[in-house]
Amino acid sequence: MPRLSILLAVSCAAVVAGSAFAGGHGGNPAVKARKAHMQLYAFNLGTLGAMAKGEIEYDAGAASAAANNLAAVASLNQMAYWVPGTSSDDLPDESRALPAIWEEGSKAGEIGASFAEAAAALAAVAGDGKDAMAGAMGAVGKGCGDCHKAYRAPNN
Amino acid sequence: MLRTLIVFLGLGLAALAAGLWITRPVTLPEAQFASLTGDAARGETVFYASGCASCHTAPESDNKLSLPGGQTFETEFGVFVAPNISSHPDAGIGAWTLVEFASAVKKGTSPDGKHYYPVFPYGSYARMTDADVTDLWAFMQTLPAEAQENAPHQLGFPFSIRASLGGWKLLFAGDAWVHPADTPVLERGRYLVEALGHCGECHTPRNALGGLDTAAWMSGAPNPSGRGTIPGLLPPEFGWSETDVAYYLESGFTPDFDSAGGKMASVIENTAKLSPEDRAAIAAYISALGG
Repeated sequence: MPRLSILLAVSCAAVVAGSAFAGGHGGNPAVKARKAHMQLYAFNLGTLGAMAKGEIEYDAGAASAAANNLAAVASLNQMAYWVPGTSSDDLPDESRALPAIWEEGSKAGEIGASFAEAAAALAAVAGDGKDAMAGAMGAVGKGCGDCHKAYRAPNN
Repeated sequence: MLRTLIVFLGLGLAALAAGLWITRPVTLPEAQFASLTGDAARGETVFYASGCASCHTAPESDNKLSLPGGQTFETEFGVFVAPNISSHPDAGIGAWTLVEFASAVKKGTSPDGKHYYPVFPYGSYARMTDADVTDLWAFMQTLPAEAQENAPHQLGFPFSIRASLGGWKLLFAGDAWVHPADTPVLERGRYLVEALGHCGECHTPRNALGGLDTAAWMSGAPNPSGRGTIPGLLPPEFGWSETDVAYYLESGFTPDFDSAGGKMASVIENTAKLSPEDRAAIAAYISALGG
C-alpha cells in the first residue's frame, strides 16, 4: 500500500514536471517573447488602471514606477521577435498576429512608435496626480486599440 | 369547374396582393416630424452613440467624419457593401429630407420606397426617439460631401429579392424593448444599448433567417465575419463589475488589461466620446442582464 502511494506521487511529479517542461520550451520563441512583452504592458497598466478606476488609492510613487516601466518596455527594440513567418496564418494555434503586419502598407510600426510616445507622455505625468495620470492613459489605450483593431485576429 | 378555378385564382391573387401590402416598405408620416428642429451639437452624441462611422467610413480610415462607404461585410447571405452616407447630394444622402432619413433609419425604407437589408441595423434603430433622429440628421448634414459612387451588394438568389425583406421586418424588426429597466439610469442604459448602440446585433445569436434570438439576448454569438466568437455578457460567465465595463468603454482595457480588438476597438473609439454618465448607464444595464 505505501508502495502504491509512492508510485502515485512519483507519477504525479513526473506529469507536473513534464507539463512545466512543455510550458517552458514548447512553442515559437518569437511568439512567446511577444506575449511576454504584452504581459509586461498588462501588468504595469494593471497598477495604473486600478488607481484610475478607484480600486486602489492613487500613489504617486507607484504610479510613476509603473508608467516608467511601461515606457521602458515600449521603447525596447522588438524587431527580433516580430519576424516574418510567425503570423496567425503561419502558426494558427499560437499566434494572433495577422499577416497584414508584414504586408505592404502596414502601419504597425507607426502605431508602435506613437504608442511609445504616449507611454513616455504618461510616464512624464503619472506622478502629478490621479487626474493627470488617468488623462494620459487615454492615448495609451488608443495605441493598444489601434494595433489590435487592424492587426490582431479574434480569440479562438 | 371553371368557376372554382376562377375563385381559386382570385383568392390566390388576393392573398398575394394582401401579402405584398402587409410587407410593403413603410415610411414615416411627415406630420410626425413637423414640430421638430434638429440640434447638430446634440446630434453629434447620437452619431457616436449609434456607431454610424464604424461601418460607413472608407475601409481602414480613421476619420469618423468622412463617410464615403465602401467597407465590405462577408456574411452567409452574401457580401454587403456599406453605402455613401455623406452629405453629397448625388453620391451620398445630402438631398434627402428629414422624413426620408428617419424612414431609412427607423423603418429600413429607402427614399425610393425599397427595403434595406438588415445589415443596416434599423431593427435596433427602430427604438430611436424622433428627437434623436432629427438631431442626428442635423449633425450629418454638417459632415463633408464625398463623391464616391456606391458599389452593389453581391448576393445570391433568393436573398437578392428585396421584397422578401418585408416579411423579415414583420417577424424581427419591432420597436419593443427586450430587457426591463425600472430606474432612469437603467432606462438610459437600455436606450444606449438596445437602440443607438445596437449592441445586440453582434452579442445576440441569430436564427436561421438571420433574426435576433431575443430569448438568448446578449448571450454571445458566432462572429458573423469569420473566426472566433462575440462574447456573451451574461452572468456568471461574464463577471465584470460595473466599473470594469465603464472603464472598458472609456479606455478599451479589459479587467486584466488586455485591450479591445477588431470591430470592438471601433466601438470603443465611439464610447470613449460619450459622457461618463452615459458609459455608467450602459454599464448599469449590462450588469442588470440575466437578472
